[in-house]
Amino acid sequence: MNAKQMRKNKWQTTIFFILIIIVTYLSTAITKFNFIDSIATIPAAFSWIFSNLLITEESLEKLPQILEKLGETIFMSIAATTLAAVVSLFLAIMGSKTTKVNQTFSVIARFIASFSRNIPVVAWSLILLISFGQNSITGFLALFVATVGFLTRAFIESVDEANQSSVEALTATGATYFHMISKAVIPQSLPQMLSWILFMIETNIRSATLVGILTGTGIGYMFDLYYKNMNYNLVALITFTIIIAVIAIELISNRIRRVIL
Amino acid sequence: MSLLKVEGLSKFYDRETKVLKDVNFEVKAGEFLSIIGPSGAGKSTLLRCMNRLVEINEGKVIFNGLDVGAMKKKELRKLRTNIGMIFQHYNLVPRLTVIENVLHGRFGYKSTIQGVLGRFTEPEKEQAFFLLEKLGISEHAYKRCDQLSGGQQQRVGICRALIQEPELILCDEPIASLDPNSSKVIMDYLKSISTEMGITCIVNLHQVEVAKEYASRIVGLKQGEIVFDGPSKLLYGEQIQNIYGMESRELITV
Repeated sequence: MNAKQMRKNKWQTTIFFILIIIVTYLSTAITKFNFIDSIATIPAAFSWIFSNLLITEESLEKLPQILEKLGETIFMSIAATTLAAVVSLFLAIMGSKTTKVNQTFSVIARFIASFSRNIPVVAWSLILLISFGQNSITGFLALFVATVGFLTRAFIESVDEANQSSVEALTATGATYFHMISKAVIPQSLPQMLSWILFMIETNIRSATLVGILTGTGIGYMFDLYYKNMNYNLVALITFTIIIAVIAIELISNRIRRVIL
Repeated sequence: MSLLKVEGLSKFYDRETKVLKDVNFEVKAGEFLSIIGPSGAGKSTLLRCMNRLVEINEGKVIFNGLDVGAMKKKELRKLRTNIGMIFQHYNLVPRLTVIENVLHGRFGYKSTIQGVLGRFTEPEKEQAFFLLEKLGISEHAYKRCDQLSGGQQQRVGICRALIQEPELILCDEPIASLDPNSSKVIMDYLKSISTEMGITCIVNLHQVEVAKEYASRIVGLKQGEIVFDGPSKLLYGEQIQNIYGMESRELITV
């Protein structure tokens, strides 16, 4: 690195920032998005939120029903995530460079993972809605498929990162392939995998609400129903319970993570 | 009768560079043999050819009268069960306990189901504790391996090799990442394994002095070729210079 190159790098940074500004300006111009106008509407939007999205005593009567649906949604996400984790574990072991049985299986596993990951969960629920109809199975499957895609990718990375030296040592003792996987690879990558599973449960509880709106199940369905009835007090209550649930789950999983890592 | 015979062994990872070139030697049962040479001489590769952790390209390795290179999966597993291995970086599973790591040495005798479920018999567990006791680390049996010092981890590695009840133990630079004190402890244990238990030991080393002190026979390796093979007391300055080259000799004497 000499002085000339440093000056060049500095110039590159400047040009890069100028380019970003130009691209931003062009995209707002093309989409006719007016920044100042949109900022100006913020006060009005907030005053609407504060005057309409209020939790009233009347709406609180519906709370047991909401909690029941919320519970259903949470358990559905947990079930979808744990089941997906089991499938992902197998796919990851087949797909990882270090533990693959052969090239064909590895490619198949990676293809399944990337295929299900690159279609967003919303698209999955709409696709599955056509074939499975409006029920909780559809929501479950949509979450399951998207989770398999993500977790397989994450698990492959954890398995690849696991120290290869103990695998070598076990091979040298005459251990079989499955001994190696169960006693050297999995013990080393398990904490990371559990951490990913917890993260995915959190994410899925959030996505389950959205999936519920589309597939007509769980808390999402209730949200959609009252929203369309313009019963904004109940909408507020539902939103509030979802936020509380997500924060609670996040706190719990952070605690679990601290214990296992 | 020789326990292990290496005949015309050659190994290359790619076409240009041969790691091992026509290596020939024999190891008698009960011998304490040391392979010395600078880094990159092919010591580790040579050792790994003996239990086929790396594939053999040319020549033969014959263990107990059986051709290692021609072995099928099942025979290979039996061979590996019969050969213990100790590594420079101990190669333990860090998150598991000491006793679990020692018992891993029994996998060669287990079916897949037994191994995956971790079904070990009482005598096996007793043997594991006996070995830990013998190597002076029985008080750490239930600790996780990553809480142990390097010297202690290497002793766990030795226990794992011994519980296999092997005829031969391969040691790949067992003391390269240890301090002088722990190195002495480990080398003393390896020596006593060979004299007391009659297990043949092949030890890769790069410290000539250690090799001369402990080994009964030394094989010197330089760029994949054997340049010295004989009793350790016959290894003098000139040959050491030949094995390591001028520059490294200067480094050693400094």
